[in-house]
Amino acid sequence: MLQNYSQPLEFTNLTTWIDSTLGANLPSFWSIAIEMVLVAVALLAVYSLTAMILIYVERKITAFFQARIGPNRVGKYGIFQTVADVIKILLKEIIHVNKVDKFLFYAAPFFMIVASMLTFGAIPFAQGLHAVDFNIGVFYVTAVSSLGIIGVLLAGWSSNNKYSMIGAMRSGAQFVSYELSAGFALMTMVVLTGTMQLSEMIESQRFCWNIFNGHISAIVAFIIYLISGHAETNRGPFDLPEAESELTAGYHTEYSGLQFGFFYLAEYLNMFIIASIAATVFLGGWMPLQVRGWDAFNQIMWYLPSYMWFTIKVFLLIFFSLWVRWSFPRLRIDQLLNLEWKYLLPINLVNILVMVLLVLAGWTLNDIF
Amino acid sequence: MAQQIIFYILAIVISVFSIMAVSSKRLIRSATYLLFVLLATAGLYILLGYYYLFAVQTAVYAGGIMILFIFAILLTQKPGDKIAPEPMRQRLLAIALSVIGLAFTAHIIMHNINRVYTLMDTQITTKHIGMTLMGTEKFQYLLPFELISVLLLACIVGGIMIARRR
Repeated sequence: MLQNYSQPLEFTNLTTWIDSTLGANLPSFWSIAIEMVLVAVALLAVYSLTAMILIYVERKITAFFQARIGPNRVGKYGIFQTVADVIKILLKEIIHVNKVDKFLFYAAPFFMIVASMLTFGAIPFAQGLHAVDFNIGVFYVTAVSSLGIIGVLLAGWSSNNKYSMIGAMRSGAQFVSYELSAGFALMTMVVLTGTMQLSEMIESQRFCWNIFNGHISAIVAFIIYLISGHAETNRGPFDLPEAESELTAGYHTEYSGLQFGFFYLAEYLNMFIIASIAATVFLGGWMPLQVRGWDAFNQIMWYLPSYMWFTIKVFLLIFFSLWVRWSFPRLRIDQLLNLEWKYLLPINLVNILVMVLLVLAGWTLNDIF
Repeated sequence: MAQQIIFYILAIVISVFSIMAVSSKRLIRSATYLLFVLLATAGLYILLGYYYLFAVQTAVYAGGIMILFIFAILLTQKPGDKIAPEPMRQRLLAIALSVIGLAFTAHIIMHNINRVYTLMDTQITTKHIGMTLMGTEKFQYLLPFELISVLLLACIVGGIMIARRR
């Protein structure tokens, strides 16, 4: 296979090597146990590293959008700014608030971080870098990510603070409504590909990304997914749960130190998770750009390792989300709910029907060409 | 071996948090303990390899119903206040009733589990579930499915009626 020569940098080699070495030297129980621990450690490391990179990227891009320079003191171009920030947040005191419901107050950040970690674990990062490949991948991701909002509601209530409470209620209403749209948009793509398994979805997009394959309907679903995903992460024009001017910091007003760090981390990673699911479901995931019949071209495309393709697609989407964030003014709560329930949801329902018709009538690009 | 250990951990979590959910004096804490019970039940499903059921349990119960519970509790008067304990006679009655109920269900489960319970060797695919849910042949569930949707419609209409009266 020519691809064996063109993919020297893929992680598949490393993972197969680890698996075979452990399998040869240890009983299967222990090799599986060690592999599980390794996967968990790797995921946690990638999780925190991604967050650090994202925070730096966001601060820098935000600065450019606002015609500022951004962080530029710690290291060249300020690249060690987030490292310094992380050290600072680790050293900060966690302030214990007296009149709170202690158990719920301390449990709430974990809901957020666990929900985003569970979702993060199921993302296919590259060829062979996919921790769990459920046959219900897409459904799993939407189901698990909905746990985070419980953390927000509990945090808002247990803080015993009016601002927190209002922020949490807004966030809850927003998340519950927009989750519906995001789910329906993903469901449209499940209709197109006929599978929920993320690996099969990527494989079926080898020569034609879903967004092109399902043309009209897929593009509508893509836009709706981006809007609702953006709203789910409480950012940009939809950031009214933590609108600084009215609510101080929304549901995490009373949190400090690492507990606040958990909320912050989960929020950044949710942005990454939404972007990577959009990239996987609509833009072919880690699959390099391939054109049917152009073998030499396809070969060259494989020279760039699959995780680089994934990163490029995800960062394009994240850049897009930042662009939206700094270009639109904040919505009012009634405008926000109107947008979801009166526009996005009906469009979505019609869109699923259109997609079913497209698939049944054989009008997808894969069927036509 | 590993499966046994995980099962026992989940079972302990389920039983401890069930008891805490009914014995807690604060309403919102009860809801949180109930959430842990539901999540551990989802864990049992994943242990059995029923991934679809796991996702449904998480999305519907933990993600949907629990959020509605918490919302509803937050809208009540003082969700954090301790509830006054029931009189002793009522408590004893409740304990007796729940023990009887436990014994009854345990009896049924112990006697019938071997007759109905077979673990699927292969993973149940979504397609299979969809076909079973939407089919009209034997062991297919279109009629119950539609009946439940009528029930839900009735609930929604009833909810609107109650809300309108104010």
